[in-house]
This record gives sequence, structure tokens and C-alpha cells, in this order.
Amino acid sequence: MYIYDDLDRRLVAERVDEFRDQVARRLSGELTEEEFKPLRLMNGVYLQLHAYMLRIAIPYGTLSSAQLRTLAQIARRYDRNYGHFTTRQNLQFNWIKLSDLPDVMADLASTGLHGMQTSGNCVRNITTDQWAGVATDEVEDPRIFAEILRQHSTMHPEFTYLPRKFKIAITAAPHDRAAVRVHDIGLRLHRNGAGETGFEVIVGGGLGRAPFVGKTIKPFLAKRDLLSYVEAILRVYNQYGRRDNIYKARIKILVHDMGAEKFAAEVDAEWLNIKDGALAIDPAFIDDIAGRFRYPRYEMVIDNPAALKRAQVTNPRFENWFKNAVSPHKAPGYSIVTLSLKPEGGPPGDATSEQMDRIADLADRYSFGEIRVGHEQNLVLPHVAQGDLPAIWAALDEIGVATPNVSLVSDIIACPGLDYCSLANTRSIPVAQELTRRFKSLDAQRAIGRLHINISGCINACGHHHVGHIGILGVEKNGQEFFQITLGGRADEKAELGTLLGPAVPYAEVADVIEDVVATYVELRERPDELFVETVKRLGVEPFKERVYAAR
Amino acid sequence: MTAPSQQKLKVHGSVVVTANRLGDGAVVHWMAGGGWSAELGKAAVVTNAQAAKELLAAATADDVNAVGAYIAPVELNSDGVQPGNLRERIRVGGPTFDLPITFGI
Repeated sequence: MYIYDDLDRRLVAERVDEFRDQVARRLSGELTEEEFKPLRLMNGVYLQLHAYMLRIAIPYGTLSSAQLRTLAQIARRYDRNYGHFTTRQNLQFNWIKLSDLPDVMADLASTGLHGMQTSGNCVRNITTDQWAGVATDEVEDPRIFAEILRQHSTMHPEFTYLPRKFKIAITAAPHDRAAVRVHDIGLRLHRNGAGETGFEVIVGGGLGRAPFVGKTIKPFLAKRDLLSYVEAILRVYNQYGRRDNIYKARIKILVHDMGAEKFAAEVDAEWLNIKDGALAIDPAFIDDIAGRFRYPRYEMVIDNPAALKRAQVTNPRFENWFKNAVSPHKAPGYSIVTLSLKPEGGPPGDATSEQMDRIADLADRYSFGEIRVGHEQNLVLPHVAQGDLPAIWAALDEIGVATPNVSLVSDIIACPGLDYCSLANTRSIPVAQELTRRFKSLDAQRAIGRLHINISGCINACGHHHVGHIGILGVEKNGQEFFQITLGGRADEKAELGTLLGPAVPYAEVADVIEDVVATYVELRERPDELFVETVKRLGVEPFKERVYAAR
Repeated sequence: MTAPSQQKLKVHGSVVVTANRLGDGAVVHWMAGGGWSAELGKAAVVTNAQAAKELLAAATADDVNAVGAYIAPVELNSDGVQPGNLRERIRVGGPTFDLPITFGI
């Protein structure tokens, strides 16, 4: 956990006071909606179909147990007893009253949480690998650099009114769990031939109306240059990014139109002016930030203790969960545990107050008080001693977050869709719910293997459908809900956009079509461990298209 | 459904003016005598563009009690005034699935 200092706390407290005054003036009529809207958006407050929505930043997806309890308490006191974890590692409350928001924000501030920069044309919450700091394959903890960027970009006056919103993601592992190649800036911390660690800098990735996989413009950037180089990118974007057309305002359009090479040259020219100035990062500063992260003091325990082996042998349900939701940890005798927020028939990513409270208690007891949020809309307990796994499984199972479907076909990423969102064309959540019922057999899911379904209720692509192994996009046709299906997308280090299968299908047929697609894959794969995306890569979408549309 | 604020004003059939209440965001509808009601049945219903524009102008002038006013389709049947499309049905009736309950199961 990163420990905030007095400056952080004062900044958030001052924002609460400001917002309290702004809400009072709006409710009295002193401020018009036109005047108030940009102020509320700067604090993450949207107006959706039937209520206000508050989006809360969870920097690099790391939460303390105290913070999770605060979120549970807010859900209980001010909302409808649940919260929704998003694809950007944030949490949203969907039923918040404007008149309650100042008190909600004061409660959030009491544990260092806020909604600042979760909306608006600024640098948004910086996301990273939910296994950061504990993954066996990472070169360094990427959260240290996410925190440096967070501090630099928070209320940065030059970047508060960018042409459009700006999203940065960082990973430090060869296997990308943070989808860095589909962000405005993606940073991949890695080691060069000389053994030094630095960043591959990728720009212009993004989904939405015009999806692009980002382009690498700097294969290796020294850590001292991170702030100056990112600042140079933002300056070039701020200068040349389009402000005349909201649909062409993201940096991906600029990089595409200008060309990655010319864009990189512009960035380099800007960077030369600032790289050796105040933004050059002193190694002592990195050490200082790293020193503010509180790391667990792991006990000296062994891998595969007897209690774990016994449970694996005697309890098949435990064993299934263990094989699915438990991952290797860099500390001997510890594991990373993923909590599935995708129960059969449940809205993806939702957690009730009671679940949040119980997870916070379990984090205190078994995971050094720390919880992570992943962009797949699941939670993680990052530091669980292997000897405690049987006990924690029983506790997680009791509260409905031990479904052993992590990364399987029912672990669906979905945006809130038309059931909440004023931008949506169609519903997303009911489609996901129906698919989880169709694929409810866990044995069948395991036989299918790793398969990511992503659903978006409109072209804004909050469900990241372009990079789902199977992507589902809701579109409106004559007032009816239809869905386009794409196959073969992926968000990892081999990021790729999916290929359109064919004409959109009506709401009532979506689940049937997905079942047909999956059945076709099972028939066509060369071997049981050939992943869905590999089969699509090998064969293209034609065999799937024939099967789906021949039957309709 | 294309966001109503992005649609051109075309009136086919019966329409009302709807918005969100300022204090809590709840869905409200403009009444014939002015003012907002959370009950769709109390909404002023009109059937032509000119009347709809006039209703919208009156509703929009009230920037304190409700925000984001727009014209929404309705259907009239034996049960009274009903939402005219899926978006409006969701706005009036809430999400089309059960909200999470304790332990989400």
C-alpha cells in the first residue's frame, strides 16, 4: 500500500470543501447546470438514466481493507447496497443523490479516496497489473511509477483541459495483464541488454469508435526520463490534438493521422527542451516514493504445505478452485488469489456491501489488509499464505466470490449498458447474465479453456469488446437491440483487434450465436490446449461465420 | 438507443417531456400545469412538434428542479401513459435485472 502524506490528505480535503460549496450553490440555483456540469464531472459525478453515478478512483487498483470498508459503508448508507468495479480498476455507485455527495466525498476522503480525474479531458486514473509487486514474472513494481505519474498529473494545470480524456497503463511483466497496448500511453517496464530497467513507450492505442493498437515510439526509455517524456507526449497532443470534433480528439487519431514516426519526432523535439530540466527523475526520488509503499513482512513459510496438499486431495471443489483462481507469488509459500465477481446469473463486477465488508475482513486476516482490483472486474487478495488457502476458500465460497471461472467463458467483462448508462444503445448486463447461464457447467468451461468474452452496449467500448476473444457490441436498428460479434481480439502482449463475424444479430439470438461459435471452436481446435484466439488466428473467422449464419 | 439529446426533434405519436430531478437524479416528467412529477401518468402528453417544443421550452426554463429535459415517446393504452421505447421503460422501471442482494447470490 502507498501511504499518503499530509499534502495528499489536504488536497483531497480541500476538494471536498470546494465541492460542498459548489453543490450548495447548484441546489440553490446560484449555479446553472451548464456552469455546474464541468465541476461535478471533475469529481467523477455523472448523470445517468435514472440517477447520479459517482466514479471513485482506485489508483493502480490497490485498495486497503479500510478503504474497502468505507466503500461498503457508502454503498449501504447512500446507495443501494452494492458497487460496480469497472474495466479501469475504478468503482462506481449508480444511485447516489447529488445532495448526499459532499458527505459521501468527505467519507471517501477519510480513507484517502476521491473521484478526482475520473472524468473530464484530463489524465485519468493510472492503471496497472493487478498482480503488481507480487507477480513472479515482473522486473520491478510498476506501481511506483504509476504513483509518480499520478502525483505529476493530479491537477496539472497544463493537462486539465486536454483535447479529450487520457488514459495511461503500466505493466512490468512480459505477460501483459494491464492491456497497455490499447491505452493512450502504454508503458512496459523491462530490462535491456545492459541489464538496466526502463520503459517501452507505446502511444495511440485505444478502443471506442476508432480502435487502434498502440505504436511503440520509444523501445527503451530510462526511468529518469519518464516524466519528461510523458510530458512531451502530452504537450504534442495538447498542441496538435483535434478539438473541433469529439470523435477525432483522442491521441490515437493524431498518431494515426500524423504517422507514428512523425509523432515520435515531434515528441523528441519537445523532449529535448525539457529532458534535463526539473522533470528529470532523481534516483533518490524513486527511492523516496518506493519507500512510501508499505510491503508485507512475509513469514518464512514453505511452498505446498501439508494443509494445502490435504485439501487438494480430499476436496474436489477446493481443488477446482485452487487450479483456477490461485496463482504463483514471488514470495515462497504465498499465493495470489483472484475473487470472481462473476457468479452465474450475476451482473459482472458488482459486489454488495456485505461482500465488501467480508472481503475486507479476509484481507486483514489473510492478505496483509490489501485488495486489488483488476480490469477484468474481479478482485484479488495478493498475499495469501498457501497454508491458509483452504480456510480462505471456504470463506470466499460462503459469500459467493469463489466461482472457479477466472479467465473462462463465464468470466465476462461487460459495461453497465442501457440498464444504467445514458450513452448506451443496448443492454450489456442481461446478455452477460444469459451467457453465464448457458455456460454454467464448470466442467464444460474448463474443457473450453481460456476464453474472454467482452460486451459493450455502445461504440464507446467501455466493455473493451474489440479486444475480447469474443467481442459483443450492441447497436440499435430501428429501435431494436442488435449485436455485432467480433472474434480473435486480445488485450495482452499480442494485442489485436477482433474481426467482425458478419451481420448483427438480434438480442434474442446472441446467446445462441455465442454457443455456436464456441461449439465450432471446440470442433476445430487442433488440440485441447489450443486457445480460442489461436484457433481463430489459424483459421480466420470464415468457419465460424459459415456455422453461425448457415443456421439462420 | 441514440441518446435523445443527439436526436433531431421529430414527433410521431404521443410524447412527453422528461428529465432528471436535480437533487437525486430521479426520473421526472413535465406536467400540463407546469412543474415536475415522478409519475408518468401525470405528464403532459402532446402529439405534434410545435406543442412538444413549447412544452420543452417551458420545462427547460426550470433549471433548478430538473436537468437534461428532452422529448420522449409514450404509448397510450388501457393502463394509461406508458414509456414508448426500451430506454424510457428502463428509466421509468429501473434496470431489467434484479439488483445484487446480499452476497450476490
